[in-house]
This record gives sequence, C-alpha cells and structure tokens, in this order.
Amino acid sequence: MSTLIRRLTLAALLASLLVVTTGCRSTTDAAPVPGTGRVIENKGSDTLVNLALAWAERYQDVRPDISIAVTGGGSGTGIAALINGTVDLAGASRAIKAEELDAAHANGIDPVEFVVARDAIAVVVHPDNPIDHLTLQQVSDIYSGKFNNWQELGGEDRPIVRLSRETNSGTHVYFLEAVVRLGRSDDRTLFSTDTLLLPSSEGIGAEVRQNPNTIGYEGLGYVADYMKTIAIGLTDDGPFWQPSVETVNEGHYPIARDLYIYTAGQPTGEVKAYLDWIMQAEAQAIVLELGFVPIQE
Amino acid sequence: MTDRPRIAQERQATPPSGAQPRRPRRSLAETLIERAIQTTGISAIVLVVMIFLFLIREGIPAFVEIPLQDLLAARWYPIEAYYGLVPLIAGSLIITLGAAIIALPLGVATAIFIAEIIPEWAREILKPLVEVLAGIPSVVIGFMGMIVIAPFFRTALNIPTGLTAFTGMVLLAWMALPTVVSVVEDVLDTVPRTYRDAGLALGMTRWQMIAKIVLPAGKSGILTALMLGVGRAIGETMTVMMVTGNAPRIPTSPLDIFHPVRTMTATIAAEMGEVARGSTHYHVLFAVGLTLFVITFLVNLAAASVVFRSSKRSERMLS
Repeated sequence: MSTLIRRLTLAALLASLLVVTTGCRSTTDAAPVPGTGRVIENKGSDTLVNLALAWAERYQDVRPDISIAVTGGGSGTGIAALINGTVDLAGASRAIKAEELDAAHANGIDPVEFVVARDAIAVVVHPDNPIDHLTLQQVSDIYSGKFNNWQELGGEDRPIVRLSRETNSGTHVYFLEAVVRLGRSDDRTLFSTDTLLLPSSEGIGAEVRQNPNTIGYEGLGYVADYMKTIAIGLTDDGPFWQPSVETVNEGHYPIARDLYIYTAGQPTGEVKAYLDWIMQAEAQAIVLELGFVPIQE
Repeated sequence: MTDRPRIAQERQATPPSGAQPRRPRRSLAETLIERAIQTTGISAIVLVVMIFLFLIREGIPAFVEIPLQDLLAARWYPIEAYYGLVPLIAGSLIITLGAAIIALPLGVATAIFIAEIIPEWAREILKPLVEVLAGIPSVVIGFMGMIVIAPFFRTALNIPTGLTAFTGMVLLAWMALPTVVSVVEDVLDTVPRTYRDAGLALGMTRWQMIAKIVLPAGKSGILTALMLGVGRAIGETMTVMMVTGNAPRIPTSPLDIFHPVRTMTATIAAEMGEVARGSTHYHVLFAVGLTLFVITFLVNLAAASVVFRSSKRSERMLS
C-alpha cells in the first residue's frame, strides 16, 4: 500500500520535474541571431498565423533556400518573443503597446512596424438566431452585461451566452477597445464576468455551431459556414454593413483594423527580402484568398 | 502471523555472519548502481525544493507589488491590472470538490465490484481496462468534453451553455477514477482473508461482510485514494481549460456549478505565454502557481499522514 503511494508520488515528482526542467530550458535557450540564419522565425498573432503560413509556403517556391518557421500563440506572445530576441518577425493584430516598447528598448531592441494586411472582426451568432443586425452600441451593451436575454434586442426568449477569445489574443484587446469601449480611450468598461474566455478560434466555432444562445466574434478570415454574421451599424437607423472585403476596403464596416509584422530594428538581408515580397501583389493575393483585406498600395 | 517473528530473527541473525566478509568483494558495478540510485533519490528531493524556491522567488514580488486587498478582490482581468485571485481559487476548489464528490462513490463502488464481487478471470480483464482509462491524454478528454459532453449537458439540463463547472467536474471525476479505483482495490486486497471468513462464519451476507468489515478495515486507504484523486483533479489543466468556459466569476450559490468558472491552472496555461518576463502579471501568475503548489502539497501531506497512521494501526491490530 504505502509502496504504491510512494511509487505514485515518485512518478508524479519525476513527471513534474521533467515538465519544469524542459520548460525552463526553452525560455532560457539562446535564439539564433535575427537575420543571419537561413531560417526566419515568425511568431505571434493567431489571427495572422494562417496567413503567415500561406505566405511562408508560397515563399518556398520563390526562394527554396529560405525556410520560414511560423508559430502562433497570440500577438502578446509574438511581441514578447521579439523583445526576448527569439524571433525575427512578430505578427500582431494590434499595434505594439507603450510598455512593450519600453521593455524592448530596455532589452536593446527597437521594434519596427509594418502593416501587412487588414482585417475585420465579424460578430457571429448561431444561424437559427433571428437577429441579423445590431448597432455597435448594442454589441457593446451585450458584452458589458447590460443585455442578458435576446428578447431585449427583439430576438427569441433565450439567455445570451457571450463568447470571447482569451485575454492574450490581439483580437480580444481590439474588440475591447473598438467595440466594448466604442473606441473611447477614457472608457473603462470591461467584459461582463460571465463572458466565456475560450483559448482558441476553434473553441468559439465549436460553441457557436451547436448553441443558439451564443454571440461571439471572429476575424473575418475565420468565419465558417455554420456561423451567421451580424450586420453592424453606428446608429439605430442604420445603415448596417455586413463584414466583407468590399465594405472593409471602402471603409464602411466599423470593426476593421490593420495587421502588423514587427521586426527587431530595420530589417536587413533575407528578412527584408521576405517583407518586401509580402507587400507585393503575389503575396497580397493570398491575403484576399484567406478572407483578409489586402493593403491598399 | 506466526511467521513474522521468525523472519525478523533470521534477518537480524544474517548480517553479522554473512555481510561482513562479503563487503571487500563488492564489485565496482554494484557500487556504481548504488550511487546512481542514491543520486536520483536525493536529486528528486533537491529538485522539489528548488522548484519551490523558484516559485517563491518569482511569486513573492506579486505580494509586494500589489496590495493585499487587490489580490483579494473579486475581479480577474490582468491586462487592465485587476488581479483579484478569489474567482480563480474559488473556481479550482469548486471543481475539485465536485470531482471528488462524484469520483469517490463511483470509484469505491467500482473497486468493490472488481475486488470482491466478480470472479478472478473477469477481474483480470476489468482491472487493466480501468488502468487504460488513466492513459487517455487530458486534451483528448477535453476535446470530447467540448464537442460531445458540453452540448449534451446544455440540452439535457436546459442551461444557457454546456461549458460549465459541472462539465469540468464530471470530466475530472472521470479522469480521477482510475487512481481512486486502483488505490481502493489495492487496499481491499490487503484486508486479510481471515476477516472475511470470520464475518461469513458469523452468518453475514456478502453485502454485510463488505459494508461492515471490508470497507471499515480499508477506510484509511479509501481516504488516501480520495486525496490522490483530489491531487490529480486540482492540477489538471487542459481539460478544464477546454470545458469550463474560463469566465472568472465567483460562484455564490450551489446552482452556480451550472455556470462557467475559471481555474488557477487554466489561467496560468492561458496567460503565461503572453506575459513579459518580470512584469507584475508574470509575478502574479507565479503567485497563482505558488498557491496551487501549497494546496497540492497540503493535500499530499494529508494523504501521507493518513497512510502512516493506518500502518501504525494495522501493526497494533496484528500484534
């Protein structure tokens, strides 16, 4: 009996040690010096990750000698990695924050910003939800907890289940600033504590797919057939705009933003060549294919 | 029972005559193996102490940087510097407690069934099957929970969303079951045959024998199983992150188990990747880890004390 316990405890200890030691190693490992290797490390925004992967794959045809390693994790993760000097490119779905800039400068790194594409956030509901348009103010009031039943918005008598990405997602921060706080920088409104914070876009998709009570938000590129997008307007009288490449490009759709890639200092060599390629038509065509909005040249 | 003293005498008798002359002939390999085992044994302890010190070093600054009343506040929203830990601790405790309440009766019943009721050949099949359950990766259980079990609970219980504390409890109970079953089963195994025979000889039914003799004799072992199950449940991360909705709200009524909660483990897993090293948020996450470590340590300590007490009592009973 007691030997079993001892054995179990020992196994648990060893397992936790393994986790801890490997965990420590990965954070302290020295990274390749940016720009000198033939591998370009690209990390960051989950919004950008599919786009970055598609770019990296197409770039293989252009420059087979360069390999580009793409990982997601969130804008904060990518910028943190850039500050720690472990990546060449940090994808971000929001502009770098002042404290991140300070941390970077403290580490001797000067982040340089490139707008590589544009993105719109679609507000999504279950297809059976009869609501098809909302004002920005109404969406804000839903997420801050003022509305708790779809009936209050002219829908069915169902509780509202609010879905959000985790706080490390750039989409979360952007949605908080642009929608929940309606872009007012002095507004301190927060998400209702009832808001479900899901760790991935897939998590939101899985819940919206089967639950008619839900409201969620997603990058336009991640909207699937089983979600219904809500037309968004600025006033009660409209006009209300469905999110699409056209409405974003024409500046009508209210929840749209720039997507960034940050480099540590002015890019040189292969990193610069890659970034230049991203800005050109071939790469921007991929942006369109993935449901994002190409930058206007 | 009568064998014991004789064996002890033999053991005592052998070292002076056998071991001493042998010592010079000890091979190099034997010494090396002994040293290696010693090193691994000591390093296990040293490393645990080092982990603890590391957690303290990274976690303590949080208690210096943030006033205590802020840490005890009700709101967790770290990107805006709301560092109230209460919802996270409450979330972890409610899920762990719920999982224990579900897993204990099921686990004990399964263990009794396997150890006492079914014939030997069925036991040989069932026991490995239960142990296979322990090998399912938590992310797989979480995925099943997210895709199948949460939607089922939503419609079956008519609640707003299936991503709730209750779903987390059920899945964690499921994951803790193999531990509880195998520990309880081992305990029931050690209850001497003679106890059962005595009970049956007194005219007890099989059920009376199990309930009145076997279970009380294995009581402390069952407590240990509970503690180990709890230890498993409170540290589980992936599954709870996928099925509990992660909303940092404080449960106020028993019915709140049908609302989402956010646990300490899920918070660390979801947020640690994002934080800048050395920031307040970073230290707070380590403080959360420290809290978790202390809780699991206390649970293990409680389990260990139960085990030691039980061995003493059984010695008393046998002597």
